[in-house]
Amino acid sequence: MTRIEEKLFQNRYRVDTGRAHIEIADADICAVDCQEKPCTFCCPAGCYAEDNGGRVTLITDGCLECGTCRVICGEHRNVRWEYPRGGYGILFKFG
Amino acid sequence: MSEHFDAIVVGAGPAGNTAAYTMAKAGLKVLQIERGEYSGSKNVQGAILYSDALERIIPDFREDAPLERHVIEQRMWVLDDESYVGGTYRSADFSKPPYNRYTIIRSQFDRWFSQKVRAAGALVVCETTVLDLHMDGNQVVGVRTDRENGSVYADIVVLADGVNSLLARKAGFHGELKPRDVALAVKEIHFLPEQTIEERFNVKGTEGVVIEMAGKITQGMVGTGFLYTNKESVTIGVGCLLSDFKSRGIAPYALLEQMKAHPAIKPLLAGGEMKEYTAHLIPEGGYNAIPPIYGDGWLMVGDAGMFVNAVHREGSNLAMTTGRVAAETVIALKAQGKPMIARNLAAYRKALDESFVMKDLKKYKDIPDIMDKHRQFFTAYPRLVSEAAHTMLTVDGIDKKTKERAIRKKFTLARSAFGLFADAFRLWRAFE
Repeated sequence: MTRIEEKLFQNRYRVDTGRAHIEIADADICAVDCQEKPCTFCCPAGCYAEDNGGRVTLITDGCLECGTCRVICGEHRNVRWEYPRGGYGILFKFG
Repeated sequence: MSEHFDAIVVGAGPAGNTAAYTMAKAGLKVLQIERGEYSGSKNVQGAILYSDALERIIPDFREDAPLERHVIEQRMWVLDDESYVGGTYRSADFSKPPYNRYTIIRSQFDRWFSQKVRAAGALVVCETTVLDLHMDGNQVVGVRTDRENGSVYADIVVLADGVNSLLARKAGFHGELKPRDVALAVKEIHFLPEQTIEERFNVKGTEGVVIEMAGKITQGMVGTGFLYTNKESVTIGVGCLLSDFKSRGIAPYALLEQMKAHPAIKPLLAGGEMKEYTAHLIPEGGYNAIPPIYGDGWLMVGDAGMFVNAVHREGSNLAMTTGRVAAETVIALKAQGKPMIARNLAAYRKALDESFVMKDLKKYKDIPDIMDKHRQFFTAYPRLVSEAAHTMLTVDGIDKKTKERAIRKKFTLARSAFGLFADAFRLWRAFE
């Protein structure tokens, strides 16, 4: 099976280094209050991962800007979600 | 950027482009703001373009729009693990111009559309993200962008910022999307030589084929898959309700991989080179999920307003139509010298109610709920239909009457006679 990294490798991005457009508001909520952690399997770019300690890490470089993580975090509302600055983020070649 | 405009349009998808184009053409002073590098660079769709909605604003679009193939054949497949049962409609009539629908590549098509918007006289500013709306009491009076001194003002702001509709949410015009009101779709584009596509899909010239799929490929989730032929590529994708992805714990890219490996699909992609992987939310909540779409100083168009007919896979035409009707509302108010307040802008909603947009959405208003509550349409039925076809088409010395009895028994075992009747009734009611 193709790994998600290989898929994302085909895409074009202009990463806004040091300025993540999405942030986890409170890491403790993910670690303690959220059992399912749907962001770790629903994100189509695999941006979210759970580490050994049950904490959720987020790397937005491969983000496709779909909004999934924000919508599925409905109960906890723990995702601070903005679009990247103008001109940054995913640049679809075909869309 | 401290000028005052007649209208600001946020976003440059089909809804925003249509609104900006229509207003600019009528002589309004229009500013369109797009966060992408160019119009189209943030936009994702299957994509099918329905000619009608575009024709109404740019009648001669066929002369220079980047169109891929005109669709002459539509296949509907219901897939099981190893098989599919399907129907095909192909007509030479679809090859007589003017063509009714085309496959398109959105980044190219939107870029072309944007040129028309500029030519009509609108000021199009790219690489600029709108952060929030400027309010004067309840009245939207402008937008704040991420540019330096980036506030701009207008009599009306048209929100064409897509399914996530962040601006209206921040302003409190509506709440967060519900996972069951949106489908998450993932898609890849695979490049193949033109000749290979022609041979593989039995088409010539700019003829193209569309395959819509349901069944096992969504692994019991409410959703569909698709495969569209472009000139030198095919796009393949699958979308399911986000609430289903969440409750089932299925990764969307894994679902797509599994679908691509299906024995009926794999040969269609063989030898292709994957060049882009995309994801997008599709508003599928239907009529009941439509938020307020107008207010003091603002109108909402396209995906932001949930204008997608999920049953017929129509979205971009609803986007263009809502964009046009919104623009016409603004133009009329402007001509009458009336202020852009909710009471006057209600004409937008009224015009949509009388158009195919709301009529169609209203007609299918119960479908999302039925599909969500009655999973058999995505689980038991595809399997039963496939087994029935397999039984009838296997020549093994068993008489057809016995085979029919066996099939009927399988159906009633799976759903009971009452269940079958109830399902038929549900569908009839919902589609009536």
